[in-house]
Amino acid sequence: ALAAANDKYPEEAFKQKNEADAIKALYGKTAEPSDKVKMDAPEIAENGAVVPISATTTLSDVTSIAFLVSENPISLIASYKIPAGTLPSVANRIKMAKTSNVTVIVEAGGRLYSASKEIKVTVGGCGG
Amino acid sequence: MASSIRVRATSNGDTTEVQALIQHPMDSGFVKDAKGEIIPPHFIQVLTFEYDGKPVFVADWGGGVSKDPYVKFAFKGGKKGDDLKVSWVDNKGATDTTTAKIQ
Amino acid sequence: AAATLVAGLPRLARSADTASVYDLERFGNARILHLTDTHAQLKPVFFREPGVNIGVGAMAGQPPHLVGKAFLDRFGIRPDSADAYAFTCVEFEKAAGRFGRLGGFAHLKTLVDKLRADVGEKRSILLDGGDLWQGTGLANAMNGADMVEAANLLGIEAMTGHWEFTYGEQVLRDNLSRFKGEFLAQNVFLTEEAAFNDAKAFDPASGRVFKPSIIKEIGGHRVAIIGQAFPYVPIAHPKRFVPDWKFGIRDDELQKLVDGHRNNDKVEAVILLSHNGMDVDLKLAGRITGIDVILGGHTHDAIPIPITVTNAGGVTLVTNAGSNGKFIGVLDLDLAKGKVANIRYRLLPVFAELLKPDPAMQALIDKMRDPHVDEWSDKLGTADRLLYRRGNFSGTVDQLICDALLNELNAEIALSPGFRWGLTTLAGQPITMEDVLSETAITYPETYVATMTGSQIKDVLEDVCDNLFNADPYYQQGGDMVRVGGLAYTCSPGESVGKRISELKLGNGKHLEAGKHYKVAGWASVNQQNGAPVWDVVAKHLRAGRPPNRDEPGVTLKGVDDNLGIARHG
Ligand SMILES: [Mn+2]
Ligand SMILES: [Mn+2]
Repeated sequence: ALAAANDKYPEEAFKQKNEADAIKALYGKTAEPSDKVKMDAPEIAENGAVVPISATTTLSDVTSIAFLVSENPISLIASYKIPAGTLPSVANRIKMAKTSNVTVIVEAGGRLYSASKEIKVTVGGCGG
Repeated sequence: MASSIRVRATSNGDTTEVQALIQHPMDSGFVKDAKGEIIPPHFIQVLTFEYDGKPVFVADWGGGVSKDPYVKFAFKGGKKGDDLKVSWVDNKGATDTTTAKIQ
Repeated sequence: AAATLVAGLPRLARSADTASVYDLERFGNARILHLTDTHAQLKPVFFREPGVNIGVGAMAGQPPHLVGKAFLDRFGIRPDSADAYAFTCVEFEKAAGRFGRLGGFAHLKTLVDKLRADVGEKRSILLDGGDLWQGTGLANAMNGADMVEAANLLGIEAMTGHWEFTYGEQVLRDNLSRFKGEFLAQNVFLTEEAAFNDAKAFDPASGRVFKPSIIKEIGGHRVAIIGQAFPYVPIAHPKRFVPDWKFGIRDDELQKLVDGHRNNDKVEAVILLSHNGMDVDLKLAGRITGIDVILGGHTHDAIPIPITVTNAGGVTLVTNAGSNGKFIGVLDLDLAKGKVANIRYRLLPVFAELLKPDPAMQALIDKMRDPHVDEWSDKLGTADRLLYRRGNFSGTVDQLICDALLNELNAEIALSPGFRWGLTTLAGQPITMEDVLSETAITYPETYVATMTGSQIKDVLEDVCDNLFNADPYYQQGGDMVRVGGLAYTCSPGESVGKRISELKLGNGKHLEAGKHYKVAGWASVNQQNGAPVWDVVAKHLRAGRPPNRDEPGVTLKGVDDNLGIARHG
């Protein structure tokens, strides 16, 4: 019954402080890393308040895609419902309080697949 | 008043690519103002795109989405000249809606 | 991609007493000349290579993280030779008197023309890897327009950029409208807002702002040149200069471009003209397939022999061509049967004394300098010792700047950026305003005085240190450690972020307290500031003739005792 693809706004999932609890609240199950989930994200954020991230997958029967930031005060950033006929590919922009792992979760065929990447948030200011 | 929502929907015959840019503070509730007081949470929770009476994309958002949010996706079908309806509702119950023509 | 590499032969020991060093044996059928990071130095310069360039993790003891004798040993260069002087800091002052200045565009012009004439018409191309328009008072006063003129006369056919972006979009575009070559950058894209507002882009569909690559016929063979701009412009510099653009390394986009050229354009070689920095290029070379040679810059490493990196598609050679006009890279390709059959590479030091300055270039330089020469020639002081910048943690020029900030702005602690450009002044030489500008000429020179807590200061040091020593080069930005005045600390480069900096002490020996507030002066902030330009602060300090601070910079290194990136001689 718990699936991000259902209709209601996932209030509980957006209250969770850590990533595992957020995934549990959103889906009721855990994700396995998959090289079929591709995330396009910078290595170092140009601005922690606006970090462009996109995700795409070659998996079929995708019903939702979610973005999580492990070090943010609330881990879940966004969860997108992907109806049949919509391509499993999303671009958006997220806030990052500090250097953190960012995780993309793809729900496909009722199972969860993930990809992660560390994105560095820095004060910057040097040069060669 | 101008809509808070800007949409660009482009069909290549096969699929329609949609980009939206929305004016909204997206306050997370974790940031302090200049006086050191917490800015209360104020963010879009649900953003829906409908084509031909059916949702083609639904975003559930928290306060971790950037100010003036941007989203891009694509769906199969969608004809040039057809309408794409976009609407959002935030945590305070405010809403906005717009309709864009697919180009 | 490259099949074999004719290199690795020890360089013959020689002195710089004859121009025959520039008579190269003919090889192959396409010559690519590579300049990078000249930092607008139109005149010949003294530039001391670093005595500290530490590599951590897998990079420890590997080029480019070798200095001094370890460098000479690795590349087979005889100590006491002209090459030893050009490539290392070994006995720099003694050798400087013997071999003289390097670079200068009038001398470079003579050498470039010779290297091109040697191979004949249409058999060569001249590329510039960026950091061409910034680094002198003249370039700063002319917004880089001087260097566009010099680049046109020199014959630069394609370039990419880094500091070029710090003039802002409008100046960049104005300059490029007069540049006769191509500006290439595969990794600069419009932000989402800018794309929505239909901001100008080379390819509106992808949002790519500049042309990513060109295909040139060299010696009758098709060679693709792809440009890679510095990936971290809006982070290393104020974002306000390029608000509409986003950068990044963008491996995936690069792989698509390489594949496209290989599969659709029938190119026989693919060259990446890169401003990533050498560690990033070495990692990239292992991930991307189909690039024959990366002509690299940004980290200012002068590496005489290319580094061969194996990847899933074959091998890629990685070079880095030094800085300040000291060197020119000569890449000779033997193209046969649709691919690179063989490669020869040389990184030639440009000994000004061996090269007759080109009269037309000299006239152009003199004409452009003329309005400023008088104003900048006043002697402000005399170098009491060798003044240099390059090194991971400190340089005597930066100690001088920190002294000026502490004294003139009445602060307890000074912070000065660890740039890798900036010239060397020999002991006893006069210091003029032009010299000061060659250490400080940027478009955001304003000084500031701020109150910071001890923990904020530590955080800044940790942050910059991670940009230098992150074990993964993709998380580095190049540049060196921020310089400090009035402060001593211990650094453990091999640790992780947050754990590298310890034992912070003020000049009076007292420990820095996390919660206590300190008055900090600095310059080159990524945030908008409004203090006097740093060059005026330094000039005032020099004019006052205060005795120099003779204290050694207080950085104690931990855990890098055997690192070959630390010189252990004079
Ligand atoms: Mn440079
Ligand atoms: Mn650079």
